[in-house]
Amino acid sequence: MKIKAQYAMVLNLDKCIGCHTCSIPCKNVWTNRKGAEYMWFNNVETKPGIGYPKKWEDQNDHRGGWQLKEGSLELKAGGRLSKGLSIFHNPDLPTIDDYYEPWTYDYGSLVNSPHRRQQPSLRPRSQLTGDPIRLEWGPNWEDDLAGAGETGPGDINFKNLDYAAFLQFRNIFMFYLPRLCEHCLNPACVASCPSGALYKRDDDGIVLVDQERCRGWRYCVSGCPYKKVYFNWKTGRAEKCIFCYPRIEAGLPPLCVHSCVGRIRYVGVLLYDADRISEAASAASDQAVYPAHMEILLDPEDPAVQKTAAAEGIADAVLRAAARSPVYPLIKTWKLALPLHPEFRTLPMVWYIPPLSPVKHYSESSQEQDFIDSLRIPITYLANLLTAGDQTPVRQALKRLSAVRHYMRSKRIENKVDKTLLDRVGFSEETIEKIYRLLSLASLEDRIVLPKTAPGDANLFTRQGACGYGDSI
Amino acid sequence: MTNDSILNKLRFFRPKRTKDGCQEEKTADNWAEARCGQRGWEDFYRRRWQYDKKVRSTHGVNCTGSCSWDVYVKNGILVWETQNTDYPDSGEGCPNHEPRGCPRGATYSWYTYSPVRLKYPLIRSSLMEMWQNALQLHRDPVSAWTSIMDDPEKRNRFQKDRGKGGFVRATWEQAATLIAASLIYTIKIYGPDRIFGFSPIPAMSMVCYASGARFLSLIGGSMISFYDWYCDLPPASPQIWGEQTDVPESADWYESTYLIVWGTNLPMTRTPDAHFFTEARYRGARVTAVAPDYAEYVKFADTWLPAKAGTDAALAMAMTHVIFKEFYMDRKVDYFTEYAKTYTDLPFVVVLDPDGDIWLPGRFLRASDLGFETWNAQWKTILFNAVDHSFRVPNGSIGFRWSDEGRWNLKMEENDNKIDPLLSFAPQADTWKTVSFPLFESHGAASKTGVTPVKKITTPSGELHVTTVFDLMAAHLGILPGQAPGTTADYPTGYEDPKPYTPAWQEPITGVPAADVIRVAREFAENAEKTRGKSMIFLGAGTNHWYHGDMIYRTIIGMTTLCGCQGVNGGGWAHYVGQEKVRPQAAWSQVAFGLDWLRPPRQQNGTSFFYFATSQWRYDNFNPETVLSPLTRTAPARHMADYNVIAARLGWLPSYPQFNQNPLELCNEAVRQGATSDEDIVAYATKQLKNGALRFAMEDPDNPDNFPRVLFLWRANLLGASGKGHEYFLKHLLGVENAVMNSDTTLRPEEIQWREPAPEGKLDLLVTLELRMSTSALYADIALPAAGWYEMHDLNTTDMHPFIHPFNPAIDPPWETRTNWEQFKTIAEKFSELAADHLGKAKDLVASPLMHDSPGEIAQPEVNDWRKGQAEPIPGKTLPNMSVILRDFPNTYKMMTALGPLAEKAGIGSKGVVWNASDEYESLKATLGTVQQAGISQGMPTLEEARDVAETILALAPETNGETAVKSWGGVERRTGLSLQHLSIRRRGEKYRFDDLTVQPRKIITSPIWSGIESEDRRYSPFVINIEEKVPFRTLTGRAQFYQDHAWMRDFGEQLPVFRPPLDMLALESTQVRRDPGKEIILNYLTPHSKWSIHSTYSDTLTMLTLFRGGEAIWINDVDATKIDIKDNDWLECFNVNGVVMAKAVVSPRIPQGTAFMYHAQERLINTPGSKLSGQRGGTHNSVTRIMVKPTHMIGGYAQLSYGFNYYGPVGSQRDEMVVIRKAGEVEWYED
Repeated sequence: MKIKAQYAMVLNLDKCIGCHTCSIPCKNVWTNRKGAEYMWFNNVETKPGIGYPKKWEDQNDHRGGWQLKEGSLELKAGGRLSKGLSIFHNPDLPTIDDYYEPWTYDYGSLVNSPHRRQQPSLRPRSQLTGDPIRLEWGPNWEDDLAGAGETGPGDINFKNLDYAAFLQFRNIFMFYLPRLCEHCLNPACVASCPSGALYKRDDDGIVLVDQERCRGWRYCVSGCPYKKVYFNWKTGRAEKCIFCYPRIEAGLPPLCVHSCVGRIRYVGVLLYDADRISEAASAASDQAVYPAHMEILLDPEDPAVQKTAAAEGIADAVLRAAARSPVYPLIKTWKLALPLHPEFRTLPMVWYIPPLSPVKHYSESSQEQDFIDSLRIPITYLANLLTAGDQTPVRQALKRLSAVRHYMRSKRIENKVDKTLLDRVGFSEETIEKIYRLLSLASLEDRIVLPKTAPGDANLFTRQGACGYGDSI
Repeated sequence: MTNDSILNKLRFFRPKRTKDGCQEEKTADNWAEARCGQRGWEDFYRRRWQYDKKVRSTHGVNCTGSCSWDVYVKNGILVWETQNTDYPDSGEGCPNHEPRGCPRGATYSWYTYSPVRLKYPLIRSSLMEMWQNALQLHRDPVSAWTSIMDDPEKRNRFQKDRGKGGFVRATWEQAATLIAASLIYTIKIYGPDRIFGFSPIPAMSMVCYASGARFLSLIGGSMISFYDWYCDLPPASPQIWGEQTDVPESADWYESTYLIVWGTNLPMTRTPDAHFFTEARYRGARVTAVAPDYAEYVKFADTWLPAKAGTDAALAMAMTHVIFKEFYMDRKVDYFTEYAKTYTDLPFVVVLDPDGDIWLPGRFLRASDLGFETWNAQWKTILFNAVDHSFRVPNGSIGFRWSDEGRWNLKMEENDNKIDPLLSFAPQADTWKTVSFPLFESHGAASKTGVTPVKKITTPSGELHVTTVFDLMAAHLGILPGQAPGTTADYPTGYEDPKPYTPAWQEPITGVPAADVIRVAREFAENAEKTRGKSMIFLGAGTNHWYHGDMIYRTIIGMTTLCGCQGVNGGGWAHYVGQEKVRPQAAWSQVAFGLDWLRPPRQQNGTSFFYFATSQWRYDNFNPETVLSPLTRTAPARHMADYNVIAARLGWLPSYPQFNQNPLELCNEAVRQGATSDEDIVAYATKQLKNGALRFAMEDPDNPDNFPRVLFLWRANLLGASGKGHEYFLKHLLGVENAVMNSDTTLRPEEIQWREPAPEGKLDLLVTLELRMSTSALYADIALPAAGWYEMHDLNTTDMHPFIHPFNPAIDPPWETRTNWEQFKTIAEKFSELAADHLGKAKDLVASPLMHDSPGEIAQPEVNDWRKGQAEPIPGKTLPNMSVILRDFPNTYKMMTALGPLAEKAGIGSKGVVWNASDEYESLKATLGTVQQAGISQGMPTLEEARDVAETILALAPETNGETAVKSWGGVERRTGLSLQHLSIRRRGEKYRFDDLTVQPRKIITSPIWSGIESEDRRYSPFVINIEEKVPFRTLTGRAQFYQDHAWMRDFGEQLPVFRPPLDMLALESTQVRRDPGKEIILNYLTPHSKWSIHSTYSDTLTMLTLFRGGEAIWINDVDATKIDIKDNDWLECFNVNGVVMAKAVVSPRIPQGTAFMYHAQERLINTPGSKLSGQRGGTHNSVTRIMVKPTHMIGGYAQLSYGFNYYGPVGSQRDEMVVIRKAGEVEWYED
């Protein structure tokens, strides 16, 4: 067993209001400059839809992530050899149109316009070429199901469903999917890089592109099945979500988390067994990956785990944070949060609580037994998104969410607790109360539990006076 | 970056170990790797995050968010903002307010250095040229301006150039001189009441609002209201409670256990607060969403009721039918019954008027009817006491409010004797009568009958038949009491009988299955029964923005009242559209309207103003006859505008421009005719009105003498956002090219002089004080560059949370931008200088309406028109109030920049509550310092800086000064005879200074200005003080009113909550301009609030444009799109008689068939091509709308139905409108 610590995130889609506030400070601080215009380290997509870049989930198209070949794991785009052969032509690279051609307007002309026959108005111009363009796609083109009738059929999560039945007014459903880099345990981007520019930080699991070492091969871009590595056309280097490490290092949450007014995001430390990554990622079937992934997440309160971790040099403060982690129980204990497309086999570390939705046939009886099946969002759809099509974990998570509501209602309104439901979902009253508090009452310091540990450097006394001066001092 | 060798760059030569001895590792078959060392480059992103300072500020846009933000400055450059999370804690059991913010606010920093920002004063080049030439000729600026105005060709020439670009840079001195000259010219020639200012929602940046409002009020100009104009004002609220709007703070949603969200898109428009909504569900709350589309809030519901847009009242009537039947008639719920008796007008007695064989619901029975000798007997309503079987005059009606009896309270007593009112006469009826009610259906109006138990009483004027509001409600709803005799009246046999107002009846109207209506109604009421009122209904634009929005609201609010939800934490109505709360309202209005120097100010209601100023009245073909009750015997006015004229001359509504004569000249004339006092002047004006020599300007709005002449816009984008009937604005107000395809109707008003041709270009000068080149700035004659929200001091509050926030400058205003306060100071200074030569001091006759919360609200128990000889014209009684004000024009600047003497001497107050502020005035002298310069303001507290104004508001307001809070209850205690100081006493020692707020936002203190309690223990919920402390509602009965008995309400059939279908805009020929029906589709045009802007602000930021479709867009259903061969992202041409808008199609199955959604405030500045139809650039979302006014909103001088600025008055509704949509194909860009 080799214990590692990683910062992981849980997003509660049942609370997400789709406001995109998360995306903006991220954009303002990190990608508001030339070469990065089209990059959204964090973006929000409306489901159903094909997202940004187009059809990123469809690996038949994009060939990102991993696959099992004769029982062993390899990049879907091919191994080292094939990459070496095609190093100057990467056939799987998304085009700018798959993302969108970033545009702007000649704003100053509105202020400085000479007198004209017609009222002046601004036309979109490409930020790449400067020419007027017709807008055809954007980072949130399908917001609130815009154009979903046309793009929806391309959404792979409709697999085994009749999409046409759902893409009409009376049956329509929607929810939001905020996306950032998954900071995977088994990152395909890192494995794809011919230059070794990508790495996963030892101390916190954040996956980064070394901006000095990157040679712009862009195999990380195509290798990432979530399409969360971008190519900066100005610097010629790849860039990606950095989990706001300059903030994280100070114990502050990433900007997307800090800004989340829906209060849907939780960040904390997870401990895992690095020796078993390969085993989990190579699980025999796509649906077996999620359970295998769960297996290697370690109980932070298990004394054996704590002891081994301490022996391996994981700081005390990190272990204490792990023990108070809001994400561990959501993921492992209560199994409310699920991974995004585990079949990509990267072992992603950003997790999602699936959304409840209005009951579809509200005039019919909605007994608890069939309640989950009568929700507007089909279980199959959520399972395709979160559990490689396995409905069981999705059903369990939704039933448990629903049970929290039912329990709390019975307690508040009827003044007596309805316990029948608790047994059915396998929860005690204490657990329900805990979940209730975490999902609704939890304040910032409960939602985000991070150590504020100094860098593991012996000579901090000297660093104190010199830090910030760079290497010239 | 670190020193990096060539070798390091190649993977295979990289060192495996660093000097720290850290182990580099590979995992997962060596595919994944962890690295240590070689991480020096990581400083790359760290350096980006490092900053020099952060400053607490917020955004002052027209938004109810009121979020605290940190603004970051790095290397002297304002770089970004993040949300603050340090709000005071909510306490155990309630989520905190962190973080608060939204994507729009997070992009504000973009504006700071954006090329779309106004950096220097700009003047239209043709005007600038004329002005400079005229100045050379005339030297005196006023003469120079006169020479331009006197030359129709010149005036016309620069007017025609509006909106077409061609600005040139000017100095502040040049701009201020031109503006001051035009103001002086206008005051001299036409009067100060021809000068207007428009700026919305002060709460969000109250000092900025106050800057222009103070200046304009001091010189006699008028501010134009916005809340009613935006149609965000729910007239139902003053109608029911006498309260403009008071709503639960967002944290109170968390208290609720049953939420119906009904036409307000919480995630989209209440973004920072939506978490309380989503989190309440985990606490056990059930959620029902009523929405025509699969809106964002539907995502969080358990049940979706997709009611067809505009039919909500039908749904609510059916729910009310179920609730009334099951919870009042079949079974009595003690909590509901007790609540109804104590806090509603349901037990009050109504006179029935005979009409042939049947009876009609008439007026409330009054003490005067019974011959009781008491103060204000005409204004005291009557109950039937079950204990001694007699008619009684209970405490609390409005007659008690304006007397000194100390009985204006909700104790169920008469002269200290307990009363137990009879809710229904059914058990003790003298007889039963058939009563007729109007029935409004989409195919036309009819009537229906019901039976009601009646008592007969003998009065000095004969026998009266009376019943209760409760009994009328039962008959109206179609629920037959058990005691009723056999009847042939129109009663349904059950819920499945499609007679009004059953669940089956509503199904074909709304499209919602009857079974769902029954289920939701029961759930709502049962929840309220079990929780004593914790059922809540959220309302907003989707339900309020209709012509009959007040009726939609009355039907829905009625459900909360019947279930005892109002004034209960977690229950009641929650109106969220455009509502705001200037929490320190009384203190703020002192400063904002210059009440510390001169009273009263002129305050014009927006809807009437724009209806006439933009000549939309000329096109109004909406015959009042078509909305009248089929049961009234009163002849309707010929034209909707006639009602407005009547309302103005009876003193119900304001009307500025005031008369057809300059009010300064009127005073001079009176003096010439022998007037020696102000009273004489008023008497002279009254005589002139009576004999017809003096007329209301509204009676001849197209006469050049009666044009509005100068208009200031700041914090406002009238032309790009709120100007309903945009193309009419362009045509008539501005005089520029436009896309109006409408023509005059044959319907002619009888009260208004018709002039041909219709005037174009009424406005002499449009001045916009703006951050950016908005549509309004583009069409202005002068665009003055304003400071941004991160560059000033100001204050900000909202009703969504209890905090008050400061604005602080992170940087100084860049380039030549100035804060609004400094901008108006600049103008005031130049104005004062020129006024010394041109104006001096002058008397100004100000006519002002019979105000809400003033004794004027009991002026007119009956409608008697002095013009028709039905009454004598008496100011303040049958006419508007008339006051003579001495204007000291040359001292305007000095007055503006000092806190005047009336703040100390005349007291401070609002909503009928007044207290003395001399202590605070004295302390402000010490805090702010006093004016040293000799003159009118010497020795007074200085208001030189915007921060001084903010400090003044904090000191004078009970909401931020505990001592004042305790003091302010005094007057209410006298009126009510209740003890109320205890509500504020715990916080007596608290007194906020500006710096306190900068350290951390602070919680407001409870005050008599608001109806809820601010406390550590509970959340703010409206009407809690009314319910728990028994302070009356400010209505006729003192209770929440289902029944409206004013004569006009009866004429229009709106005594009781009732379904009225959306207007038939096809019959009103909105779409008569369609060209090729085979390729066009006609849709109902809805304009909900946008996700990517706060009105038009932020809509042009690159980030917001990038996050959707980059310009104007209209959503339609995919089946509708197919009919006209439209694909997603095609260009659309959307038009009707009012104009044309060009937009991209957003085709979505989320939208119901038959409707087009154009999210509001999309300007014509970005990605807007030309229209083949108009031959011009496509318009704004308002290019296809126009104003439709409703006469019942104009009622005044009648208890809660009295005018207040932004409080009661006609609303500018727009959701009934229909449009034609067709594919535009290839578009032209019109770049010449």
